[in-house]
Amino acid sequence: MLSTLPTAKTKTKKQYRGVTRVTRVIQKLAFWVPLIIMIAMIILAIFANFIAPHDPNLPKITDRYTPPVFMEGGKSEYLLGTDQIGRDILSRLIYGARVSLSVSLLVILITAAIGTMLGIAAGYSGGRADAIIMRVVDMALSFPGLLLAMLLAVAIGPGFTTVVLALSILGWAGYARMIRGEALRISQSDFVAQARVNGASGWRIMTRHIFPNIINSLIVLMTLQVGMMILAEAGLSYLGLGITVPTPSWGAMVSDGRANLDNAWWISLFPGVCIGLVVLSGNFLGDWIRDKLDPRLRQL
Amino acid sequence: MVLQVEDLHTSFFTKMGEVKAVDGISFHVRERETFGIVGESGCGKSVTGLSIMRLLPEPSGQIVSGKIILEGKNLVELSKKHMRAYRGKVVSMILQDPMTSLNPVYTIGDQVGEAVRMHQDLPENMVEAEVIDVLRLLRIPAPEVRLKEYPFQLSGGMKQRVVGAIAMSCRPRLLIADEPTTALDATIQAQYIALFEDIQEKTNVAIIFITHDFGVVARICDRVGVMYAGKIIETAPTRDIFKNPKHPYTIALIKSVPQLDKKDDRLFSIEGQPPSMMNLPKGCRFCPRCHVALDICKEQEPPEVKISENRSVSCWRVK
Repeated sequence: MLSTLPTAKTKTKKQYRGVTRVTRVIQKLAFWVPLIIMIAMIILAIFANFIAPHDPNLPKITDRYTPPVFMEGGKSEYLLGTDQIGRDILSRLIYGARVSLSVSLLVILITAAIGTMLGIAAGYSGGRADAIIMRVVDMALSFPGLLLAMLLAVAIGPGFTTVVLALSILGWAGYARMIRGEALRISQSDFVAQARVNGASGWRIMTRHIFPNIINSLIVLMTLQVGMMILAEAGLSYLGLGITVPTPSWGAMVSDGRANLDNAWWISLFPGVCIGLVVLSGNFLGDWIRDKLDPRLRQL
Repeated sequence: MVLQVEDLHTSFFTKMGEVKAVDGISFHVRERETFGIVGESGCGKSVTGLSIMRLLPEPSGQIVSGKIILEGKNLVELSKKHMRAYRGKVVSMILQDPMTSLNPVYTIGDQVGEAVRMHQDLPENMVEAEVIDVLRLLRIPAPEVRLKEYPFQLSGGMKQRVVGAIAMSCRPRLLIADEPTTALDATIQAQYIALFEDIQEKTNVAIIFITHDFGVVARICDRVGVMYAGKIIETAPTRDIFKNPKHPYTIALIKSVPQLDKKDDRLFSIEGQPPSMMNLPKGCRFCPRCHVALDICKEQEPPEVKISENRSVSCWRVK
């Protein structure tokens, strides 16, 4: 009787361990892989001029339509092949990371700053200010972004500024709506009442008491937006409303290759893969940070 | 005299009409004195406290008339900016629930220090000494260590003391404690009340203690005002309230406090409900529930009668 006990115990322990080990490895991978991809992309973007093997904008007509190195006819100097006018795809991808990441970073900073300020102001002050800000948010959220981008492209011409403006003008609304909800909840908490009792001004309560308590949600939203913004930039550039030739941008590269999908698929595929990787990494990282920052989940 | 409240009327203006939450109350608090405000839920105790702090939920809650004279200054007439400088410095308040009154993202030192920095022009290196000083005043053990801790690392009783430390950080002249012991268990309650007495002895602060617990009143208050439906119906020294209550409501209230040495089958309770604050009866507010009501009680509100230097009662039966 006694001898059976320990074996039963070890068996359950092993099973338990086995289950957690697999989930733990997956959990770790879901953090490290996207993190490494993100860091790699950022390094590529920053040091593009040292890393890229070729000038991304220099055409070499004799080498055009060179397939990637692992295919028949590929050349070792063009690892991922060349496009219709013989520009190196890999170099263009590396330089493209610069455009894509800087657009998304800039847009996220602008929209998060505006949205946070308006959201806290609306949530804390309530009443008429809240009503007015939230109606503007409703309007911004209901306005078709693509239409605005097209209007801007017509008015000031496509380019970096157009993309940033088009994404920023409407993008803040999402932040404002979420932050407003958080600010409203925190405004009603006892420590804000206590701060008021202690003689803190409205400005002080908003900056010192409400803002630090919403940073968590803000960071999560900002991380999740990295993917969204890269996708949006790619979409605009694909439509010709964003970054224009010859500056390499992933979206524009996908667009360039679409006429040759049947004979030179690599022109479109590789930038597409890059977009997918970064978007997925952004989402995974955002989820991970959200889980880590949520105290209810942390306790588990 | 630290605080003198004269004929204070505070109303909430709602879509349904005006709610007279505080309907003409007068009282005073002297230095080093603890004045208790007792009453059931919704009688206007907390609104009285918030009126003194001028922290009524705007725009619906407003002081309609009356004077709140703190240290010779009428708070009702102060500008918002002026009043803000008063809050935390001259008059402080401890809110009901200490567990959530601390900001979770700052250390204790930051939060007590914030109150110090807002009102006192101290050089940064003096702030910490001041914070440790006030934590010591609240008898918080090892204040140098607590400084760097976050609210979640503290127990409930300790958080309560930190909240007290924030309120006392500038050594205010008047401290309003709005049911500070309700969320605590009985032993911690006793400790906390002893702490109040200690602080009062050291700082001479005048305290307004808002509560519905007669046990707490007996323990800490020097004088008590009993509130009913927005009015103080009886004011008396604590001893007299228990020994010789005059107003029928006070008599009934004290009868309904459970007593361990008496073996009654049922606890006494006051029948009926307090009147709706939007639709007050014409005469005495307590008349519909009063067992000894006279004819005049239905028709006319009783005036406040001063029966001795420290006592006043509003009842037609008391002459």
